[in-house]
Amino acid sequence: MIATAMNEGSPQARALGFSTLEIGEATAILKVPYRPEIVGDPETGVIAGGVVTTLLDHASGQAVHAALTAWVSIATLDLRIDYMRAAEPGLDVFARAHCYKLTRSVAFVRAVAYDRDPNDPVAAAQATFMLDSSAGKKPGANLKPPRDAGAKTGGVD
Amino acid sequence: MADEDTRLVSMLESIPYARFLGIKAELAGDEMTAVLPFAQHIVGNPMLPAIHGGVLGAFMEMTALAQLSVAAPMKRQPRTIDVSIEYLRSGRPLTTYARATIKKLGRRIANVHVEAWQETRSAPIATLRGLFLVAPSEE
Repeated sequence: MIATAMNEGSPQARALGFSTLEIGEATAILKVPYRPEIVGDPETGVIAGGVVTTLLDHASGQAVHAALTAWVSIATLDLRIDYMRAAEPGLDVFARAHCYKLTRSVAFVRAVAYDRDPNDPVAAAQATFMLDSSAGKKPGANLKPPRDAGAKTGGVD
Repeated sequence: MADEDTRLVSMLESIPYARFLGIKAELAGDEMTAVLPFAQHIVGNPMLPAIHGGVLGAFMEMTALAQLSVAAPMKRQPRTIDVSIEYLRSGRPLTTYARATIKKLGRRIANVHVEAWQETRSAPIATLRGLFLVAPSEE
């Protein structure tokens, strides 16, 4: 349910056409369909690295939600991505993420992106997420001006 | 128009994904500022609302690539080897800016640091460090 909400309810996920193929105990598999609009190198037709970044971030977030027993807001703290090879032009790209450790405040995730075979990945990611990132923040919190510039605010979903 | 300007404009216009996100760039001498205007389709969390972290990562990676295109003519587009992104504040529904610093541009590898901010330059919302495989034209 959360996976569907995270794809349908997130304008960027919807714009890129993300869909969740599988949710496990602490895992998620997502797909982004190939489209000419999301190409990064017009000479080769290879999908942009940034699209893979967004897919890996989104899949990692869903793996965290899969690992949690109750819904809490989460925000990416950091995301490190190795791009091992170019995705094959014309092919959909998949991401498989696994939340391998949860603490009270932080979730640790590993993920890979691939086109044909998970064992021949396009990219690999390692991410950490803050849990309960919106604690005390009401919907629309970001529409108000910050209390003072540079003030501490929450993270990014 | 200076060569750098021409290279930057043609690079951003030629990349479909840069157009998809609406990325623009302003050049003052050799200093480039990339601009990501706010749009509904770049939102990740509709509750706050906040810009998708992946979009901020993609924007900063594109900023690094654009800065490399300004720095030197390339035989082909640089290939991203790895990136490390840190999220400091949520991306509010405002215009986002980014600037890249090339720490090293070698014959094969470039090391680039990027910072993205909104209203306050001194309060960045995210940073990126990236390594790129480059092929500068021999002149």
